[in-house]
Amino acid sequence: MRVPILKQEHYLIASIQSTLTDEELVEFRDDITRQVGQYRARGVVVDVTVLDVIDSFAVRTLRSISELAGLRGAQTVIVGIQPEVAIAMVQLGLAFDGAHTALDLEEGIALLDELTGK
Amino acid sequence: MSAMPQRRIPEEAPDSTAALLRELVAHLREKRDELREEWVRRIIQSRLLTAMSREEIVAEATSVYDNYVEVLETGSVEALKKYARNLSERIIPRGVETYEVVGIVLLLRDVLARSLFHKYQHDFAMLDRVLDAYEPAANRIANTVAASFVEERERTIRLQQEAIRELSTPVLQVRERMLILPIIGVLDSQRARQLTDQLLRGIRANRAKVVVIDITGVPTVDSRAANHLVQTVEASRLMGATVIVTGLSAEVAQTLVTIGVDLSKINAVGDLQSGIEEAERLLGYRVTLEQSTS
Repeated sequence: MRVPILKQEHYLIASIQSTLTDEELVEFRDDITRQVGQYRARGVVVDVTVLDVIDSFAVRTLRSISELAGLRGAQTVIVGIQPEVAIAMVQLGLAFDGAHTALDLEEGIALLDELTGK
Repeated sequence: MSAMPQRRIPEEAPDSTAALLRELVAHLREKRDELREEWVRRIIQSRLLTAMSREEIVAEATSVYDNYVEVLETGSVEALKKYARNLSERIIPRGVETYEVVGIVLLLRDVLARSLFHKYQHDFAMLDRVLDAYEPAANRIANTVAASFVEERERTIRLQQEAIRELSTPVLQVRERMLILPIIGVLDSQRARQLTDQLLRGIRANRAKVVVIDITGVPTVDSRAANHLVQTVEASRLMGATVIVTGLSAEVAQTLVTIGVDLSKINAVGDLQSGIEEAERLLGYRVTLEQSTS
């Protein structure tokens, strides 16, 4: 299933709706990178609330989204990581090194406002 | 040199041992006061049970003595076991140590054996038989008392551990979007995990942005606990909350540095007050004193 990407003023909001396969993740990454340029977005919010598991490939993809978007001039915030997922991730040593994280969509947008100096 | 003579016990009829024990019990009953006094004197002389007064020692000694004789008489240690548990329960909180309990029981054994030597000093064969009957019973008693004491102590320790574990660590909201987590006591893996879990739930429930973890009450931190702490910080960050760690004692700081924990991710502040101030600053609060209170 394709991840819907919504444009909201200068931000792109991508809300993952179900568990994604590796191919879908890659597709999602390419979509978002393309749209950052297309819409001249200044920020990206990726909502992962529905994900029960975030494996190393997903972490890598999300990190690369953050880096790619960064290179194209947009800040990325990942929001909605569940407590269990957060614990599992740190125990496995997976971390979004450069990427920003926030509690939920609202927080993510507030953080983007802060980051982009709006 | 001839071989050691065979122990006589096996050849003897069991009622003979019983008869010997009966005689023994009668002797111990008769000399009760004298032997008990001697025992108490030796307990005090050996500086055992220093946590208890002389009167208490006499009272306990009397009970132990009577129980002891009863075990010799009936051959059943159940009553003694019960008494020993009960005694341990009373004396453990007063800091009586295992060596003291074992010590006094052995002393009693010695006192009684000495008295038997005196009684049968002219009849060595008889003494030998009496000791054959007495020694296994006495050893069994010593074992029972020591084991009961240790069991009771372990039970106490278990109960205390459970109590500590159940002292849940509160996650408190001090201000809108600001949580505080005071950790008191030893931070072992199980507790650290439970704590991380609670904190993350708290972050979600209270929509917290800043968390102050105060570890003033944590005496020592080992490498696993330190790693847990780092993981808690990381996991909170993934949930979008910033963590400030306060109250790292000099020892804890030294441990963290020595074991090489990655400290770059930990935002540490000296004490709880500064931690809360820093958190307020991050949240954009400005606290001002309206009026001088003095």
